[in-house]
Amino acid sequence: MRLDGYGRIDRSVPVTFSFDGKSFVGFQGDTLASALLANDITLMGRSFKYHRPRGVLSAGSEEPNALMTVKRSGGGDPNVRATVQEIFDGMQAFSQNRWPSLDWDLLSINDLAAPFLTAGFYYKTFMWPKPFWEKVYEPFIRRAAGLGALDRVHNLDRYEKAYAFCDLLVIGGGPAGLMAALTAGRAGVDVILVDEDVQPGGRLLAEDECIDGVQATDWVTATLEELEALPTVRVMTRTAVTGAYDGGVYGAIERVGHHRATLGGLPLECFWRIMAKRAILAAGSIERPVAFRNNDRPGVMTAGAMRAYLHRWGVVPAQNVVVFGNNDDAHRTARDLVAAGVHVAALVDIRPDVVKSDAYQVIAGAVVSDVSGGRNGVESVRVTTPNGESRIQCGALAMSGGWNPTVHLACHMNGRPVWNEDISAFVPAPDMVPGLRAVGAAQGVFSTHGCLRDGAEAAVEVARELGVSATETALPEADDTPYALRPLWAVPHKGRAWLDFQNDVTVKDVTQAATENFRSVEHMKRYTTQGMATDQGKSSNVAALAVLADVTGRSIPETGTTTFRPPFVPVSIGAMGAGAQGKGFAPERKTTSHAATVERGAPMIEAGLWYRPSYFPKADERTWRESCDREVTMVRDSVGVCDVSTLGKIDIQGPDASAFLDFVYCNTFSTLKPGRVRYGLMLREDGHVMDDGTTARLDETHFVMTTTTAAAGQVMQHLEWVHQGVRPDLDVRIISATEQWAQFAVAGPKSRELLNGLLDESIDSEGWPFMACGAVSLMGVEGRLFRISFSGEHAYELAVPSRYGDSLYRELIARAEGLGGGAYGMEALNVLRIEKGFITHSEIHGRVTADDIGMGRMVSSKKDCVGKTMSERPGLSGAEREQLVGLKPIGAVKQLTAGAHLFERNAAPNRANDHGYITSVGFSPTLGHFIGLGFLLNGRARLGETVKMVDHLRELETLCEVIDPVMFDPDGGRVRG
Amino acid sequence: MADLKSLSPCAGLLPLSRGALTLEEVAWDPIWSVAPYKGQMQDVSDLLNAALGVGFPVPGTWDGDANVRALWSGLDQAFLVGAKPPAGLTARAAVTDNSDSWACVALSGDDVEEVLARLVPVDLREAAFGIGRCIRTQVQHMACVVLRDAPDRFVIMAFRSMAGTLVHELDVAMQGVDARKPA
Repeated sequence: MRLDGYGRIDRSVPVTFSFDGKSFVGFQGDTLASALLANDITLMGRSFKYHRPRGVLSAGSEEPNALMTVKRSGGGDPNVRATVQEIFDGMQAFSQNRWPSLDWDLLSINDLAAPFLTAGFYYKTFMWPKPFWEKVYEPFIRRAAGLGALDRVHNLDRYEKAYAFCDLLVIGGGPAGLMAALTAGRAGVDVILVDEDVQPGGRLLAEDECIDGVQATDWVTATLEELEALPTVRVMTRTAVTGAYDGGVYGAIERVGHHRATLGGLPLECFWRIMAKRAILAAGSIERPVAFRNNDRPGVMTAGAMRAYLHRWGVVPAQNVVVFGNNDDAHRTARDLVAAGVHVAALVDIRPDVVKSDAYQVIAGAVVSDVSGGRNGVESVRVTTPNGESRIQCGALAMSGGWNPTVHLACHMNGRPVWNEDISAFVPAPDMVPGLRAVGAAQGVFSTHGCLRDGAEAAVEVARELGVSATETALPEADDTPYALRPLWAVPHKGRAWLDFQNDVTVKDVTQAATENFRSVEHMKRYTTQGMATDQGKSSNVAALAVLADVTGRSIPETGTTTFRPPFVPVSIGAMGAGAQGKGFAPERKTTSHAATVERGAPMIEAGLWYRPSYFPKADERTWRESCDREVTMVRDSVGVCDVSTLGKIDIQGPDASAFLDFVYCNTFSTLKPGRVRYGLMLREDGHVMDDGTTARLDETHFVMTTTTAAAGQVMQHLEWVHQGVRPDLDVRIISATEQWAQFAVAGPKSRELLNGLLDESIDSEGWPFMACGAVSLMGVEGRLFRISFSGEHAYELAVPSRYGDSLYRELIARAEGLGGGAYGMEALNVLRIEKGFITHSEIHGRVTADDIGMGRMVSSKKDCVGKTMSERPGLSGAEREQLVGLKPIGAVKQLTAGAHLFERNAAPNRANDHGYITSVGFSPTLGHFIGLGFLLNGRARLGETVKMVDHLRELETLCEVIDPVMFDPDGGRVRG
Repeated sequence: MADLKSLSPCAGLLPLSRGALTLEEVAWDPIWSVAPYKGQMQDVSDLLNAALGVGFPVPGTWDGDANVRALWSGLDQAFLVGAKPPAGLTARAAVTDNSDSWACVALSGDDVEEVLARLVPVDLREAAFGIGRCIRTQVQHMACVVLRDAPDRFVIMAFRSMAGTLVHELDVAMQGVDARKPA
């Protein structure tokens, strides 16, 4: 219910939302949890395993119980914590993990079966019969146990990612964080202050206390105003730092659209990568529950949360409350509730020597040992004292087992926190994350004064480290009450007492784990699943290991913690992969002929990042094969044009350019004459083939290397490495010119005729023999011409600056068509090169050597080159290797498939008998049958032999004749034309 | 015979604006890479200075004005923009015409740093990256060159073939930043 005169919500702005289809009204500033409590809704969800009714436990991002599915127009998210979800007009919230409804959940029958469902139950029970696990047990268990469900429609929400930089990252905007940011900001330090809440303030927003004689919230407002005005301070709200990584990198998730009715172009979330020289962790602390029977009933919440609901949202869960605790903070809750007119039926404190109060009954030296009530709330609690038991009627219970510093981020680089006996909690050790120090409650300093002082001192120190002189300004006056507690983790009782609310793990489960010898904290965690839910056990880890320590007879520090891992709060995958949905996965590279190609209806295929035409269909062609066959024949009979700009082009210049090429290629380039092109083969350092291509010598010190499309980046990187790391002695300069030139293959008997119609000066065989290159002028544009061929035909590659690419391509196609030719695509290009036995990366796939592809003799014996020595290792050449061969079908089945394996004709087609595999196939209209390239054991010695191709995947078997890889025009007469 | 028609890398894609943010193509022509040979750095710089009034830029910077500029582009390498390399340079440096390799776009507006913070993993705030700074880095997942030439203006160079993706990524980031502005 809502109390008048309390809360920092804006009561002039009502907000209408729905929960499970029922409409409610809250106010601007409400979270979903506070608005539901204000409407007397305490039942907010069902637990994971037992389907127990659950209400809200906390008031922060650590909430384990109140998980909901929140929908807005056009989208929604499951597993949203009601404690961090701000309400907005039209918001629809739904409870989860219940059927048919939250009130009547049939699967709550699991709760009655609880004696059987303890830790390890699944492991022991569903082992037999074995096939039942996958088909019967698992689907059933998954249906019964679970969180929210995805809506199974494509996620259309927008996510963003962003980078931020600062000298000092302050994580958390409570008193310590605010004071740190203020002190550093005043000194001119470059600061980012990040807070996961709607506004900074932390606990100060949830308490009734004074700083410097004014309400703490007013001090927060004034401090924020000053921070906003400081030029070097940036304040980021609704942003939770989720992880600490190497080199001062922090991940953070910003809720941008979750609290809005409509996004209007805004992303839902933004994932930040923050680079910081120093960080101050002022993440505060999380109150821990006490484990006792039925401590998970709706209406039981932490004492600090109850104060937060009171002071920040003007809400209390009931008019009659019992408070139970082991520390002075519980008394504060009782005092504040009484001041607000709420009846505190009793304050139960396990410590025998506590101060009594006039305002409420204090039961010292006692514990709450059970909670009675229904699914909608608490009716009474049982109090156990050394003298006996009594029942106290109440509508809600506030509990406090003390506070755990929020050490998580400090532990993200695998450091372990240290035990502080004074506060019975773990605190960060220094330098667990380089450059990060924890202050305030995150370091176990719990008074407001202590936090302010700690933050200011840390800021001065950090500023000094950054070379900025900062002075500690006068500290504001604030509460400095010492924090005193007596550890209490679990109240002994034979009933179930909850530790991990989200994963339904009880004290009994932890005890059971220890009994079954899962005594290591990591084993206990996995056996019981404690701390493995979406809240990562924020409110249960320490209590669980304390219980484990107790039953195994060890101390808590001896028992140790489990590993803290990012993210601190859940991060949607969409946010981490922002920008990479759909086509955003990778950039698209388009050639200058792209538009003209698409206009011709060519289906595009991806070649690396490039888009290239597969084939150019004519109106009467029904299959791609018809188009491909026509294009192959066209190139062989007249002329075809193909965009080859995607091949890598690398400009290599310098006095030592030819020596450099001799070193990176296995064959020799220093003997190449200017104006000529040579085919080159490049080895990796391990002696295997890396790439091939042609390199043209434009003049004495200037070469242009071409690479395959696939390996252009790899070769560029390799050349840089060789130049910088292996041969810095060579005076050579390398730069990519791939994008500079639009380059087109013009191939076929009529290629020269076509070119001579375009070039300003016509060419002939004497001036431009096979493998000639040089500058040309066409239509007044300076270009380059290379007489090279990947089809075996009389062919050229013509290059012009890319700005003319579109225009030249259209011109070439028009002219080719006038000569009976036209455009050809990748399919035809592939068939043409297989007919000639030319290799691509289908063949040089990384595991073959120069000898394997019949180019062993290209590795020059007269000079050294990258990979030469390694290529000479035994086993990398000769008859024991699979060698490149050509294949053609000779039996009844005429089809060849790439990826199929080769066997001796009569051998069983199994792994032991494997003799090789097929790498490339195509139907050759020129030869009238399928042709293939492949690798066959000792293949060069087996020409003429019949082998069996078996494609186990496509269930195809073809008898093949082993033939020479060069299947068409073996003496190369056509290319010299 | 028809002339060959010239098309710019971002033809048909730009200009565009989102709120107060503008993205337009920059006609940087020509662009030559200049890579001094061993021991030639000073001579090359002097030659450039004498002929064009720009020196060989130190790493991470660019030199020049709106007409001619030299921007650092890598180890012992700079891009000369707006002028051909002067005579005599080829003996001292490798020069390569890369005029058509790059899609060059200018992003301007008050929130320009916020837009690039969504794409570029480098501190581009004025204190760290003022006018005259230049860096080879990434824009989303594309290799690029970024430089600042006014308090509210950056030029981004990416591969010509990726012009479509470049414009798309910048546009999405511009929309995101614009949407965050209070109405």
